[in-house]
Amino acid sequence: MMTTQALPSALAAIVDDFQVLSEPERLQLLLEFSEGLPELPDRLRDHPELLEQVVECQSPLFLTIETEKNDAGPAGAVRLYFKAPAEAPTTRGFAGVLHEGLDGLSAGEILSVPDDMPELLGLTRAITPLRMRGMTAMLGRIKRKVAAASRAHA
Amino acid sequence: MPVPRFPVLLLKGQIMPYPVEQNEKFAAYAHPDRLVSTEWLAAAIEGGAVENGELIVVESDEDVLLYETGHIPGAVKIDWHTDLNDEVSRDYIDGAAFAGLAASKGISRDSTVVIYGDKSNWWAAYALWVFTLFGHRDVRLLDGGRDKWVAEGRELTKDKPAPAPGNYPVVERDDAPIRAFKDDVLAHLGRPLIDVRSPEEYTGQRTHMPAYPEEGALRGGHIPTAASIPWARAAAADGTFRSREELEAIYLGEAGLSEGDDVVAYCRIGERSSHTWFALKYLLGFETVRNYDGSWTEWGNAVRVPIVKGAERGSFPVAVRA
Repeated sequence: MMTTQALPSALAAIVDDFQVLSEPERLQLLLEFSEGLPELPDRLRDHPELLEQVVECQSPLFLTIETEKNDAGPAGAVRLYFKAPAEAPTTRGFAGVLHEGLDGLSAGEILSVPDDMPELLGLTRAITPLRMRGMTAMLGRIKRKVAAASRAHA
Repeated sequence: MPVPRFPVLLLKGQIMPYPVEQNEKFAAYAHPDRLVSTEWLAAAIEGGAVENGELIVVESDEDVLLYETGHIPGAVKIDWHTDLNDEVSRDYIDGAAFAGLAASKGISRDSTVVIYGDKSNWWAAYALWVFTLFGHRDVRLLDGGRDKWVAEGRELTKDKPAPAPGNYPVVERDDAPIRAFKDDVLAHLGRPLIDVRSPEEYTGQRTHMPAYPEEGALRGGHIPTAASIPWARAAAADGTFRSREELEAIYLGEAGLSEGDDVVAYCRIGERSSHTWFALKYLLGFETVRNYDGSWTEWGNAVRVPIVKGAERGSFPVAVRA
């Protein structure tokens, strides 16, 4: 079993928060993350074609990343953007976790997150396997996009 | 607006079934007592029926957190995955667990239960089917489900009710009348089957969700002779069930069912087919309709069961080895 030591600090703090809670409290916390997911900025809201759908999610979930220009060096901050309907709070909640845990980090930090990180949240009993895979797919899609963007900038 | 009151008569400690909604659409169905409308439920809530425990409203969704974002006032939540499925074996909970669950939600054996949920009542119908495995007598669906209630701007609340515990006996689950297992389906071949999955799943073009081969089945296609009627065709755009006439055109016309047929419906894990099961059994009045909950995740992985690929229904008999 991996530990939170391998995670970027913001994400590790979130995982720690989940792990100390009981299962109903974890679901409540996930709900809070779903409510805290930021709205898309106007430039993306007006151009939904700039986001990619993660089809593995049971509910419609769209995301994209942008790398901030950083003249000082190659390690620009990666910004994450998500869109998921209010009727899909579980999907939104996990997007909220990834946003709070990863937004603004470097490509290297995001790529270091283990692929099975969603399992650390302690939700595998309460949430169906299909949905857990949707969460893993969301992280995987972010990492693939970050890796592709890093290669393009290299 | 006058608030209708529906008195509950207590006879020897028994709760009488709550009055049935009368309207023209429902009257055309074989069992009008299995549906209630959003207007009817709103009036019953306003009249205090839910607060008094005369009527139990249950929300059952695909999304485990949707109830928490706001639900019909007084509604309790039953989650299909954590509440109704056995945690270890691929089966439903047993009589003792169901009795405990029902009592904790304020449900007694004689309670009138109205279930609603997201996605045109897909999961609500599944919960209703599980209630029926335990022979719960008076369990109804809210026509149009959660989406219609929300679309009409009706009240939602985040307040979680704390119902007084119900009185529910331990009832042995009776699977046979409405649940088919794989061997039952093999024995059923030659009689009507309805496949309610998407056309791509039916033809075998897709055996799984993209990029997740382990989620699906080793073989694609459908059970020989099954008619393809995707589950959502039984629902109108607003999530309500289609009229009797429209349902007859689909299931009697297109699928070719005849009155009195013994029918099995299936999908991927048995949830979508519960919706079709409800339409066939209670709206069209087929007496013998079973839901094959093993569905394609069992059939498409089973050894030596007959499968047909492509859009044609295929024929039976085929080489079936017992």
